[in-house]
Amino acid sequence: MDIISHLALGFSTALTLQNIGLCLIGCLIGTLVGVLPGVGPIATITMLLPITFGIDPVGALIMLAGIYYGAQYGGSTTAILVNIPGEATAVVTTLDGHEMAKQGRAGTALGIAAIGSFFAGTVATLVIAAVALPLTKLALLFGPAEYFSLMVMGLVFAVVLARGSVLKAIAMILAGLLLSTVGTDLETGEERMTFGYAPLADGIDFAILAMGIFGFAEVLRNLEVTEHRDVVRKAIGRLLPSLAELRQSSPSILRGTFIGGVLGILPGNGAVLGPFASYSLEKKIAKDPRRFGHGAIEGVAGPESANNAGAQTSFIPLLTLGIPPNAVMALMVGAMTIHGIVPGPQVMTRNPNMFWGMIASMWMGNLMLLIINLPLIGLWVKLLKVPYRLMFPAILIFSSIGVYSINNSPADVVFTAVFAIIGYGIIKLGFEPAPLLLGYVLGKLMEENLRRALIISRGDLMTFIERPVSAGLLLIAATLLIVAVLPSIRRSRDEVFVE
Amino acid sequence: MHKTLSRRLMAGLAAAMAVGAGLGLSLGGAAAAYPERPITMIVPFAAGGPTDVIARIVAENMSKTLGQQIIVENVAGAGGTTGSTRAAQAAPDGYTLVMGHMGTHGAAPALYPNLKYDPAKDFAPVGLAAGTPILIVAKKDFPAKDLKEFVAYVKANADKVNQAHAGVGSVSHSTCTLLDAQLGIKPTLVPYGGTGPALNDLVSGQVDFMCDQIVNLVPQIQAGTIKAYAVATPERSPSLPNVPTTKEAGLPDYQVSAWNAIFAPKGTPQDIIAKLNNALVVALDDESTRKRLLDLGGVIADKPGRSPQALNDLVVSEVARWTPVLKGANSK
Repeated sequence: MDIISHLALGFSTALTLQNIGLCLIGCLIGTLVGVLPGVGPIATITMLLPITFGIDPVGALIMLAGIYYGAQYGGSTTAILVNIPGEATAVVTTLDGHEMAKQGRAGTALGIAAIGSFFAGTVATLVIAAVALPLTKLALLFGPAEYFSLMVMGLVFAVVLARGSVLKAIAMILAGLLLSTVGTDLETGEERMTFGYAPLADGIDFAILAMGIFGFAEVLRNLEVTEHRDVVRKAIGRLLPSLAELRQSSPSILRGTFIGGVLGILPGNGAVLGPFASYSLEKKIAKDPRRFGHGAIEGVAGPESANNAGAQTSFIPLLTLGIPPNAVMALMVGAMTIHGIVPGPQVMTRNPNMFWGMIASMWMGNLMLLIINLPLIGLWVKLLKVPYRLMFPAILIFSSIGVYSINNSPADVVFTAVFAIIGYGIIKLGFEPAPLLLGYVLGKLMEENLRRALIISRGDLMTFIERPVSAGLLLIAATLLIVAVLPSIRRSRDEVFVE
Repeated sequence: MHKTLSRRLMAGLAAAMAVGAGLGLSLGGAAAAYPERPITMIVPFAAGGPTDVIARIVAENMSKTLGQQIIVENVAGAGGTTGSTRAAQAAPDGYTLVMGHMGTHGAAPALYPNLKYDPAKDFAPVGLAAGTPILIVAKKDFPAKDLKEFVAYVKANADKVNQAHAGVGSVSHSTCTLLDAQLGIKPTLVPYGGTGPALNDLVSGQVDFMCDQIVNLVPQIQAGTIKAYAVATPERSPSLPNVPTTKEAGLPDYQVSAWNAIFAPKGTPQDIIAKLNNALVVALDDESTRKRLLDLGGVIADKPGRSPQALNDLVVSEVARWTPVLKGANSK
């Protein structure tokens, strides 16, 4: 009964004309910055923060939240149409989504992404409303040892996920791990592999690496082969998936929602893992895994649902514990404090209007994204349909602006260019950039948590096995690894990957 | 239509002339009309953190007094020294300021051997804005009841206790290193990438204690998920009236706060500094600005503490205080 009265309170707060308007504005701005490669939600929320000073706190947070999940959504559009993942969570969408676009099924890919996201968003909203409080206990079960084991599992997933040669995939993961160690050592404060060069002191930013290795490198590759390689000019096709396609993808959407939602609750940006985990699961259980990487609709539906579910449930640690799981949520904390709301466990009781209003607005936002974006896809496509010779300079300019705006640092733009050249070389040599990026994202967390766990256990490695959650995660990782390496399965796997 | 167009044209012309005139004036060195264009205030940390929040609140009111917008620009990196370096090297014309803090203008020389600026010599101090007091907190089921017991416990179990901090050079790291130095203990330091994750592990009991800015900790203390032993200021904080000061609780020498202050590049004309200082003083006396800062658990600089000279003295004394503490801790 509680949940109904809470949601009623939430909707009565969210459904004022002003808040609906703010939600709409947030979603629109968010989708726009998501579609434009390079301009991410972090930069946008930072820039718009001062504008919200004049609005009441509930409205301001509704708008900022709209930008966040709007951008997640818009990011997928770019991933599918241009093969540039704006956010870490959109990396896997490029694999099959972009392939679908190449086959002239861009509309279907966008449509199923929208439908999957809406479904996942709806479920995640209900989950937040129903079990926000008990679920935070799950987050508290995770200490450094558990995180390390979770990351190990993630890396094993990455091997399973990789296309082509296993050896090359492992090489890429290791390269990503190495890149993640650049920067200031967390424990001693010593600089590692920075060559005394100040801009490297904080390590390499994810957006810079992703933009260079994925985005710019793709532009370079597209320039190699003129016009006919131009994906965006291909027909977009139907937006609404056919009944058969819907039936094909609905189990993936369900599984993706579940995986993404659970991982999203974890502080420490577990949401990033969601799409990766969902993709490898879909590929594992598919009757014919060969279709993956060649435009399999499940490869879009699952990760996109996981992505959106994770984006929503990552509000749980923020709203219930007051602890931000990622950079965007840290900004939301700042926005709350500026508006005089101290985030934390007491928000739910002290500002119930805001708490439930925000939750209700999330569902509204998801509905709006579905309604606005299905027709708007035409507009985004037109925007991206400009001839490639005109479009690539625009992509490069917007991306450069986006990269610059992260730290207001010119050196970052130069780094992106360097990574673009490296990325181009990688593709030319037949390596996949996705495992590198995953190795990079997980590497940092993995190292930090490994060292933290060992410091706390005073160097005793048994800590990873003595703690039940950690042991369970390691067991899953080991099983997956064995299954992947077993001769009989490896043979069939190799068949799958021979192109 | 025609009318609005010509009006716009006129406005544009006027603006262009104003800019032209402004250039002429600033080239001539006269600052009579300062400020003629928006001022950039660099915040050397990511948006949303305590320094950023204080900067935005103060800058909003200062903009009204100065008649020009102050734009907050976040230049994060290397513990705030990246943004501070940029400010130190900016043109000394009053259009680039930096919101420095305890770390960038106190602890940094001890932590960064290749620091490209001298906090005391490469800046023209404008004034102290607001600080946030430091709290000593522990996990909920930590055995000690009060600060005296806490001190006795960590001294007796120095090899067992874990102290969390938000990264070398962070406020929580520097201030807790000072505490360790005063108590003569060397607990095991568990590093985190920020206050958020460190606090998360304190709430779930993975680590034992930490020191950090009050603004980050108040919600957890009020909800009872962690416990607070003392606040390191002369007076109790209005946001946590039940938490004693370090003086009351028996550790009077531990006095520390994460202060935030505005600096201009060295060589900025005196009259510009005076205008900026005046705007800051007005902002700190404004009712709504005060309320917003106090709501954060902030401590607003008192009247004598707001002058450029007072800030200069503070920087000199802070650098002198942190250098031995942090250098000693690193060479253990």
